[in-house]
Amino acid sequence: MADQELIPIYIMNKQYLVPPTLTIMKALEYAGYKLIRGVGCRAGFCGACATVYRTAGDYRLKIGLACATMVEPEMYLAQIPFFPAPRGQYHLEELKPDMSALLKTYPEVLRCLSCGTCTKVCPQDIDVKDYMAEAMRGNIAGVADKSFDCIMCGLCAARCPAEEKQYQIAILCRRLYGKYLAPRAEHLHKRVQEIMDGKHDAELIRFKTMSKDELKKAYYERDIEPE
Amino acid sequence: MGYPQYMRDFIAKVEATRPRRLQETFPMLTAQEKQALLEKFHPDYIREAMRELRVGPNKGTRTPHELADLLEARPLLDPRAVNLDNVDYETDVLIIGGGGAGSAAAIKAREAGAKVIMATKLRHGDANTMMAQGGIQAADKENDSPAIHYLDVMGGGGFTNDPDLVEALVKDAPLVIQWLESLGCMFDKQPDGTLITIHGGGTSRKRMHSARDYSGAEIMRTLRDEVRSWPEDIQVIEFAPAVELLMDTNGRVAGAVLMNLETNEYLVVKAKCTIIATGGSGRLHYQNYPTTNHYGATGDGLVMAYRVGARLAFIDTMQYHPTGAAFPEQIVGLLVTEKVRGLGAQVVNIDGEQFVFPRETRDAESAAIIRECVERGKGITTPSGIQGVWLDSPMIEIIHGPGTVQRELPAMVRQFGRFGIDITKDPMLVYPTLHYQNGGIAIKPDCTTDIPGLYVAGEASGGVHGRNRLMGNSLLDVCVFGRRAGITVGQHFREVTLGKLTLSHLDRWEQELKDAGLDPKVRAPILLPDYTRRKGV
Repeated sequence: MADQELIPIYIMNKQYLVPPTLTIMKALEYAGYKLIRGVGCRAGFCGACATVYRTAGDYRLKIGLACATMVEPEMYLAQIPFFPAPRGQYHLEELKPDMSALLKTYPEVLRCLSCGTCTKVCPQDIDVKDYMAEAMRGNIAGVADKSFDCIMCGLCAARCPAEEKQYQIAILCRRLYGKYLAPRAEHLHKRVQEIMDGKHDAELIRFKTMSKDELKKAYYERDIEPE
Repeated sequence: MGYPQYMRDFIAKVEATRPRRLQETFPMLTAQEKQALLEKFHPDYIREAMRELRVGPNKGTRTPHELADLLEARPLLDPRAVNLDNVDYETDVLIIGGGGAGSAAAIKAREAGAKVIMATKLRHGDANTMMAQGGIQAADKENDSPAIHYLDVMGGGGFTNDPDLVEALVKDAPLVIQWLESLGCMFDKQPDGTLITIHGGGTSRKRMHSARDYSGAEIMRTLRDEVRSWPEDIQVIEFAPAVELLMDTNGRVAGAVLMNLETNEYLVVKAKCTIIATGGSGRLHYQNYPTTNHYGATGDGLVMAYRVGARLAFIDTMQYHPTGAAFPEQIVGLLVTEKVRGLGAQVVNIDGEQFVFPRETRDAESAAIIRECVERGKGITTPSGIQGVWLDSPMIEIIHGPGTVQRELPAMVRQFGRFGIDITKDPMLVYPTLHYQNGGIAIKPDCTTDIPGLYVAGEASGGVHGRNRLMGNSLLDVCVFGRRAGITVGQHFREVTLGKLTLSHLDRWEQELKDAGLDPKVRAPILLPDYTRRKGV
């Protein structure tokens, strides 16, 4: 690619020329960085590559996942290493799925100012302020549902003026919901009991002891549950 | 951003045929058709892509050159740089790898009373488990059974799977779902608690459980949080991959040498039991395919296990996921979950016509897409010159009602939305991408290997999936065999008395290379791929 097609970006305040079609992550690599920190799944699921940047002529601090955000001319980049926001110490079975769990584990939850900085900064477009409001009301199910797409990158906690650890509160609520509040799957518990009682062993052994040809026949003749 | 005009013109053809296609079911392949298709178009059948290994327990076994280069390599570790008398950590159980299998193993080993060290290359949870979207299989519905699940798995694997491992997989499956729920995993449910299950490629019953399309992320973050509940028993060391296994003078694996990735300092970990849970090797980019895999998926565990004499199984077969993104360029090769087809989306060519049943097993679905593009010339070419076919996601909105795509596939909507493509209204362009290492280190159902003291779980192991894994059986595999590995070491660790630590297997390895006339320049494990521009990627 000819030089005139490249655009200038600034990594840690040093200029590099990179193709404009790259994501921030690929631009870092194009510039010669072999990444160790700030890289993970490279597909938007793991939250390792939270990046803050500014663009020319704009006073605002911007954010994005390096793996999913494209470079822009005159972009000033800094990757933040994982933000220290310690997990509260708890064992799930010792907690109740209500406000008491949050107050015991993250008492600072009530310091939330509802300023909305967390919502603005979330690369998943989660309304973090909204689920924090649910948390302050002790609505565990509400937090669990509204925070579900969280990838725990930590940007909300990094920017929070009230020193909240929103994403840690969110996973606690999701686990409390999953364990205590979600409706019970009776068919699952029935099947587990059947397996423990050995009720499925005979049918399994029948397939296990078939010859390869018999097994193939059974496979290609098996009925398929309709849509 | 979004689709350029010429691609929009092709999308118009997809839209034109959609009302008719909604009424049509493309016939499934017969056994004969499937075999012929695989042999002609599946990448596993390209002979020049592989070679026979020249050293080690699998001498004579065929495997892709990229993996062969690492299995025949010299160690990354210089034994003279480590003093084995200076043990940095001593523990009951060392788990190498911080993904789903490693985390499940840590939880179960701790329950059995073991002290655990988990060493992971990047962060705890940076793993393929986190990226799995579509779901996890378990036969827990009235019309289903572990035996029917068994039949689907064996057929999917080409009837080559290890039956004992498959039995363990399908029998433990409902137990695993129950266990994950007890840890707080939020699976998709009806209001009455019934688990919502759909089809995947090669399933004869709807047994795919999901957590929206963040299924793996939901499982991984839950397991990680549970591990973090027990810091006094489970010590997690991040950014410290294992570079070599340690043996003792009795021929038992006895821990590993870790490397601090930031200081390059070596750390000696002495352990009574060692579990390899290092995952797969998509970042080796077999046959130059792009990959869905995590940055750290470089096959380290296979390399280390091979040097201590552990046998590998099915290392001549990799899984190419049928639907990797082919457009836009920024996300080429990334996963488009099979759940899209599970919800009813069809795969169509440049004329807007179907050419394959949408839920063939992955090997066959991929081969059919390759055939459509390469042989029949019915693919769509992107501005950067990549071929692909359409995955008609808007069908889902028609079949299941408006809003379904946003509700069931939020990660996919977000992924494409970032680049100006609305998958509720427009199809996605897809092409097969390197997804999974079907084989790995040979294990028994209790996760033991040929080598005393060495246990393996998850994608690093081989045998349970045969020559092709079904969707939803990988999240299941990491949970089933992760738990089993933890339970097994929990039973073993108290009986172990270790001898003196040694790296003498590296001398034997060097001799073996010499005897085979090899003088490799490559050092392995490679730990991370190198994508810096100087390397020309």
